[in-house]
Amino acid sequence: MSTRGAPVLTKGVNRTASTAVKRISGFGLGPVWHGLRRRFRGLGRASVIGIPYLWLLAFFLIPFVIVLKISLAESEIAQPPYTSLWYWIEHKYLNIRLNLGNYQYLIQDSLYWNAYLNSVKIAAVSTVFCLLIGYPIAYGIARARPDRRILLLMLVILPFWTSFLIRVYAWIGILKTNGLINNALMALGIVDTPLVMMQTDFAVYLGIVYSYLPFMILPLYANLEKLDLTLLEAAADLGCRPSKAFFRVTLPLSMPGVLAGSMLVFIPAVGEFVIPALLGGPDTLMIGRILWDEFFANRDWPVASAVAIALLLLLVIPIVLFQYNQARAAEAKS
Amino acid sequence: MAESSKAPAVFQPWRDPNETPYVSIERVTKKFGEFVAVYELSLEIYRKELFCLLGASGCGKSTLLRMLAGFEQPSSGRILIDGVDMAGIPPYERPVNMMFQSYALFPHMNVAQNVAFGLKQEKLPASEVRKRAEEMLELVKLGAFAKRKPHQLSGGQRQRVALARSLVKRPKLLLLDEPLAALDKKLREHTQFELMNIQEQVGVTFVVVTHDQQEAMTLSTRIGVMDEGELIQIGTPTDIYEFPQSRYVADFIGSVNIFAGKMIVDEPDHVVIHSEEAGMDIFVNHGVSAGPDADVWAAIRPEKMHISREDPAREQNCVRGIVDEVAYMGDSSTYLVKLESGKIVRITQPNLLRGNPDRILWDEQVYLYWDASSPVVVTK
Amino acid sequence: MNQRRFFVPAAMVFGFVFLYAPIVSLIVFSFNKSKLVTVWAGFSTQWYGALLQNDQILQAAWVSLRIATLNATAAVVLGTIAGFVIARFRRFRGRTLFTGMVMAPLVMPEVITGLSLLLLFVAMEAALGWPAGRGFLTITIAHITFSMAYVAVIIQSRLSDMDESIEEAALDLGARPAKIFFQITLPIIAPALVAGWLLSFTLSLDDLVIASFVSGPGSSTLPMVIFSKVRLGVSPEINALATILVAVVAIGTIISGIFLARQRRARERDMKMAKADTTT
Repeated sequence: MSTRGAPVLTKGVNRTASTAVKRISGFGLGPVWHGLRRRFRGLGRASVIGIPYLWLLAFFLIPFVIVLKISLAESEIAQPPYTSLWYWIEHKYLNIRLNLGNYQYLIQDSLYWNAYLNSVKIAAVSTVFCLLIGYPIAYGIARARPDRRILLLMLVILPFWTSFLIRVYAWIGILKTNGLINNALMALGIVDTPLVMMQTDFAVYLGIVYSYLPFMILPLYANLEKLDLTLLEAAADLGCRPSKAFFRVTLPLSMPGVLAGSMLVFIPAVGEFVIPALLGGPDTLMIGRILWDEFFANRDWPVASAVAIALLLLLVIPIVLFQYNQARAAEAKS
Repeated sequence: MAESSKAPAVFQPWRDPNETPYVSIERVTKKFGEFVAVYELSLEIYRKELFCLLGASGCGKSTLLRMLAGFEQPSSGRILIDGVDMAGIPPYERPVNMMFQSYALFPHMNVAQNVAFGLKQEKLPASEVRKRAEEMLELVKLGAFAKRKPHQLSGGQRQRVALARSLVKRPKLLLLDEPLAALDKKLREHTQFELMNIQEQVGVTFVVVTHDQQEAMTLSTRIGVMDEGELIQIGTPTDIYEFPQSRYVADFIGSVNIFAGKMIVDEPDHVVIHSEEAGMDIFVNHGVSAGPDADVWAAIRPEKMHISREDPAREQNCVRGIVDEVAYMGDSSTYLVKLESGKIVRITQPNLLRGNPDRILWDEQVYLYWDASSPVVVTK
Repeated sequence: MNQRRFFVPAAMVFGFVFLYAPIVSLIVFSFNKSKLVTVWAGFSTQWYGALLQNDQILQAAWVSLRIATLNATAAVVLGTIAGFVIARFRRFRGRTLFTGMVMAPLVMPEVITGLSLLLLFVAMEAALGWPAGRGFLTITIAHITFSMAYVAVIIQSRLSDMDESIEEAALDLGARPAKIFFQITLPIIAPALVAGWLLSFTLSLDDLVIASFVSGPGSSTLPMVIFSKVRLGVSPEINALATILVAVVAIGTIISGIFLARQRRARERDMKMAKADTTT
């Protein structure tokens, strides 16, 4: 039965290794040998971690540093269109010049203030509406019969897979002056002159809620699906009416999902460009559009960079909140 | 009990001075940050034993098992298996195999592939892999299920696949983490005996972790009781049950009545303990290693007591009380008797007579008495 | 009490109508004879013909498809590694930073990512000479960077749901970590890899903002062409394109739905089979 008597040659590498290990250990070199092996394993681990780490450092983190650097430069007619931050005097003295003018410009010009505040406002309101519309849908799907659930989920996910751009474009056809809604209203005689819905704040709200709705539904559904129904049964047994049980049991337990969904909507919505560009008007100030115009129209890279940095600072707190929530959810799972 | 009925003598390698231990755990400590999971634990396990680590959840037994398997490294101390120090040796290089509580079968492979997996890692020729895998499946009586996938099997069948998979490599040491926890009662009993038979047949040393005392008592050659990272007592099931060395062990295994008292007579061949709780003196017919006037506890098992309505007229080893509760278990009856001091004493009696018209009922006054050899005196 | 019963289904119906009405309107009006997209003038498939003859759109579609495929494949590789590292390597130096960098692209506004990557490429070109000009390569790199974040989240979530003792069992049976990853872990999480690939593909195909920042002459992507067209108003060829896209997605969704349902039924059958032999 025992394999120890079998000749080493006919067994595989592992067996040879363990026999060798025994011999080396016998000489008291065991710990040394294994220390070396551990080093090699550590090297393997380090390179596995290293590959995505290096990529992200190069293509995610360093770009932000560069944006910061350029936000402290001045615009110039050159290729690339910004000045360098440092220059030599008499080949000896390294002079660093940080131009804070871009940030001053941001602070002083009310356009930027208003744009930031407006962006936050629009994003926040849209998030609330996404929540109000998305929560019942997520709840309904989570409560549906298992075979229906897959179908409903597919129905939610399908628009998500079709082009974002095209879905926003669809609203143009619906909201414009001789678009679907107006044609219908006029045909039914409800209004005499067409309603102006395009190029308004209303259109932007509509567009954002519409486009980001799946981002709210999916995390909410993931959370609600895991809800232990026996908790609600216990609540009912203890005399709690269903509507109250919702607010006392279901809603608090779904908070991580609510938070995740809200962050997934709010944060990108603040910097949204496509929707205000296609559906908003000239006075729909959103910071994403301002950044785009600063960059493409004005060719002012330093100011665009400053706008980006300011936007990042604005979003740091929600982003950190999002990461924290995700980390906590991951820990709760383990 | 697991003492081999085939061997001519009783299986007790730990008593044999010529035997060297197979597994040597030397003062092993394991810390997770600030939390100490295992503290200065030393243990020797001998070849072909079926050793059980018994304890409540969180006592460190699973951590110790994982250190034997190689998934954790001790913070200090050494582990030797067959004389080889296991420091720094990863799980895939140890002559140890483990059967996991969740069975951990590979879901994308069928039963035969699961069992053959370990053999493939040894780079054996394909024909030998197949032969040994088939043999092992026959041993656990799953030969007909070779092509099934894990989710097509019942819980008991999955458990046997897990066992086969871990035994097929002929490990020197097999670790089992709560192997019977997921099975229902009837299946558990049946599987206990099967496990013992397989262990005897294959001759592998087993270390089993469990929180179920009945399982430990049935399976083991020896039991190690653990609490909060330390080994409280090691011994055969008889040792642990009839000769506990502490109140914790006495109370942990089975039920027990513990009377607190003071030693008033301390002789080499008998002691007398005065107990307020009992309301009288307890005479024990063996010597105890504690001084006179020491605080001790007398532990008496419920089945060692007698109960009757008549006064047995003893001066010692007898108490009087009122029956508080009666529990009829079918094969035995348990009475909870309240003494004058307020202490509740538990006594178990087999139901020797069918439909006994004279059985003792609630609120009767009864006398409980026991033999002088029955109490175990513990000093901690 | 009865109002409660109505509320959720009613809200769901409203929600789904809201989600699908624009898509339906796109499809309906792609068959409209009139150029004024929302005034019905009769059924016609002329716009599909016009679409197939529009070189600009076709070229851009081809560019986008190639970028999307490259991106999805690379993102799955990088994202799986990243997800695996987060799920399985509990402690290493810089783990917080790593996790932050992996998760951040999920929520970062695209204008910021687009701008920062463009500035990086410009600076790299000035300092190293590479990448020489922006176009296909830079767009692909940019897409990989944000796609891998999505893949990483999916893989990490799947791995933390998986029973770790399966990997431990394989270790215990003598397999080395690298072998375990390829022979045990990957087959088990394979569906998540497929989901990650599809997601990365779609995100890349659909990206406008980042591509606009980091593209160059001759590398217009499909979204860029669509955007330039719809900025000026409605365009029926875009409706036709939209309908084709929706059709492809719908067919894919239906196929995967059937596949999943079939899998579920097979599983149920297996569990019944297992219960049936309770001789053991």
